[in-house]
Amino acid sequence: MRGTRTVVLALAGLWLMPPLPGGAEGPEVVVYSARHYGQEAAYDAFTKKTGVQVKIFNGNTGELFERLKAEGDKTPADILLTVDAGNLWNAARAGLLSRVDSPELQANIPARLRDPEGRWFGLTVRARTIVYNTRKVRPAELSTYEALGDPRWKGRLCLRTSSYIYNQSLLATMIKRHGEAKTEEIVRGWVANQPSLINGDAKILEAIAAGQCDVGLVNHYYLARLLAKDPTFPVAIFWANQHTTGTHVNVSGAGVTAHARHRAQAIKFLESLSSAEAQQMFADLSYEYPANLQATVSSLVERWGRFKQDDVNVASAGEFQAAATKLADRVGYK
Amino acid sequence: MPAPDAAVGRVPAARLTTAERGLPSPWTLLATLIAAIVAVPIVAVLSSLATPRLEVWAHLWRTQLGELIGNTLLLLVGVGAGTMIVGTGLAWLVVGYRFPGRAVFEWALMLPLAVPAYVIGFAFLGLFDYAGPVQTALRHWLGGHVRLPELRSYGGVVLMMTLVFYPYVYLLARAAFREQGAATLETARSLGRTRLRAFLEVALPMARPSLVAGVSLAMMEALADFGTVATFGYRTLTEAIYRVWLGMFDRTAATQLASLLLLFAFLLLGLERALRGRARFVQSHRRGPGVTPAALSGWRALGATAVCGVVLGLAFVLPVGQLLVWARGSLDTGRLEFPSLLATTLFLAGIAAVTTCALAIALGYAARLHPSPGVRAATQFASMGYALPGSVIAVGVLTPVAVVDHALGWGLEWALGWTVGLVLTGSAAALLFAYVVRFLAVSFQTLDASLGKIPPSLDDAARSLGVGVGGTLRRIHLPLMRGGLLTALILVFVETMKEMPATLLLRPLGLNTLAVGVWERTSESLWAEAAVPALAIVAAGLLPVFLAIRLSATPRA
Repeated sequence: MRGTRTVVLALAGLWLMPPLPGGAEGPEVVVYSARHYGQEAAYDAFTKKTGVQVKIFNGNTGELFERLKAEGDKTPADILLTVDAGNLWNAARAGLLSRVDSPELQANIPARLRDPEGRWFGLTVRARTIVYNTRKVRPAELSTYEALGDPRWKGRLCLRTSSYIYNQSLLATMIKRHGEAKTEEIVRGWVANQPSLINGDAKILEAIAAGQCDVGLVNHYYLARLLAKDPTFPVAIFWANQHTTGTHVNVSGAGVTAHARHRAQAIKFLESLSSAEAQQMFADLSYEYPANLQATVSSLVERWGRFKQDDVNVASAGEFQAAATKLADRVGYK
Repeated sequence: MPAPDAAVGRVPAARLTTAERGLPSPWTLLATLIAAIVAVPIVAVLSSLATPRLEVWAHLWRTQLGELIGNTLLLLVGVGAGTMIVGTGLAWLVVGYRFPGRAVFEWALMLPLAVPAYVIGFAFLGLFDYAGPVQTALRHWLGGHVRLPELRSYGGVVLMMTLVFYPYVYLLARAAFREQGAATLETARSLGRTRLRAFLEVALPMARPSLVAGVSLAMMEALADFGTVATFGYRTLTEAIYRVWLGMFDRTAATQLASLLLLFAFLLLGLERALRGRARFVQSHRRGPGVTPAALSGWRALGATAVCGVVLGLAFVLPVGQLLVWARGSLDTGRLEFPSLLATTLFLAGIAAVTTCALAIALGYAARLHPSPGVRAATQFASMGYALPGSVIAVGVLTPVAVVDHALGWGLEWALGWTVGLVLTGSAAALLFAYVVRFLAVSFQTLDASLGKIPPSLDDAARSLGVGVGGTLRRIHLPLMRGGLLTALILVFVETMKEMPATLLLRPLGLNTLAVGVWERTSESLWAEAAVPALAIVAAGLLPVFLAIRLSATPRA
């Protein structure tokens, strides 16, 4: 039996191994992050300036929420950083974030890109708009999201599935703008055009370039990434709804957790991310629009010119998200 | 069909004497305890039913519930049939016949096990999509109207899942066929059966427990899969769980949908029990030489090689080739963290595999000693975590662990005045627990099938010679189960390495695995960058497969 006992004891020992040593002792902020690209430079700059280490724990939004909830008042997380205003709104509603009163943040981030109650702040802006094949579509044929329901686009439209968070937020802000009945009519128009449902914004762009479809809806930076690699890529951007409500925008953003252990440092961290220099790093690395208007967009995106953004507060993406999901189910938008 | 060296037929299971059955034995207690602990997350999932989210259910009922259930059933049927045919067919081919390349195919056909389902799906879409190189080339040569059948369809999903899940059936079937004595088959042949009919009438029925175990594992995987169905836009119950969870931010309603999945799993297990039936096929200990493969020649040999080649090509060469192409341009990204990712992954997978198999042996052995419905039901219930999507089971683990943790912290503070943070939540133990809950079914199904083939007369003989219950297990059963044990260890090891959702949610701060590395990149559509860690998972998965080949090639005692 000695062999068995050794195995059992060894296994027990391995199971109860203490967590890995946390690295250097010293001031730190712990970030639960559902955004995993393009922010490294801004984090490093913060550490260099303040000496505070940034510890990142990456995850999916839904799962990070569950972990925060389960950890409750003992969570190691100081910051929750995620993409999509709807997600931020839901985090605030679930009581995971705390109110921050920072004149600096309020000055740096425009009011429509942050929580009216100060629990989260948009840090980068992404536009979800129309893209088209430059060989097959003239920009004059395009106008609004609504007009993509026109029969002329039958069989020529590529969309993500309705469960994709950015599409949910687009529908949610449309509900806020037009009401449910009108939005339902618009989405019915899209569905009647039998869109190809493709999993991935980059894949939609490739499908348009290859001729599978002629128009689609994507986040602008995906096109920027492709154009940076291949300037002749035959897809161009069209700013939707310029004569009406403006193009739909969304944010990635962050808030200080309700039980942050390093609250003061966490607030400093957010302030630092909203500063013009950090915002410039975001914009250059990820082709997003900076939330802070003192920073400038990357030169590639600058060529697309200024456009009118929908000025509804991005928080409405969260407010009407469940309604948007149900609406999509009702009209058969899968 | 009596055979000289094999006792084939219905035999009662091993039983203890009446005197021993008076009190619950330590084995029964141990098994019940294990089952109870492993069942906690499943109970946590079921407890969501206490607060019914009627409004969400009504909405689902009006819009899609019928479609979801229908699609899920269709998927199960398709994947069940696909893995059954491919896995069993290939296993019989390599065990029963000789043809060019057989020696390589015999082990190479296990390789797709190491390819995560999320990888093969993206590789296929990348290659065969409208904008992919294959269709682009076809349009170029044959004209713009040429299109391949749409991959984002029922057929596409079943094809993907069959390709990744058939190795379960193949591994178990191959082991079962190899264990069969040559004499059994020869007897059938001497009674005038062709080789094919001998296979259908003797080898196949005798291998039934293993085949059923393999197919039910594949079907439970299909039930739990989210990545493939989401990528291919095929709506199932699992896919709907995520839509409700993230689209309506209603985790309770999502968990209730997951309970519906448990119902499916329950039916599956019931079906499995019915199919395995009460019959037990045991092989006598001295079975003599294994099946002698018959040589194929001419077009038959060519056909056999081609069939194996096509399956291996689609399920392994093609996705790995695509990964290599993607990886070519991104070799330096993440090189620094790479060795530590690999080490962590192998370490976690190793502990999880050994623990899970040890627990499965304890459960299976208890059920053998006390074939009571209670023990049986407990073990079945404990192994249902496999049919649940990883994220759901992970939340099912997280919630009770956190409750215990908070209670512990509160207790320590009250009694001793110590303030402690979270001890269990975010520890390696919580993560390992999730692996056990999720993969117990894999080791249990495999080991139970192999335990069932050991004749109970051996137990009696050992016991009559004065060897205790534990001694019998160690000296009689474990050596005889070596093949099954090895298979179970490999399966859990590879599964743990590929596991993504529970690892993401439960891992300690600062601990990352290869699968997390893949996810961090794919979640940003950075496929080229994801290719390197994905290839490492495949490569690390080869390790146990090669080990198994070495061990199974050594002459048997």
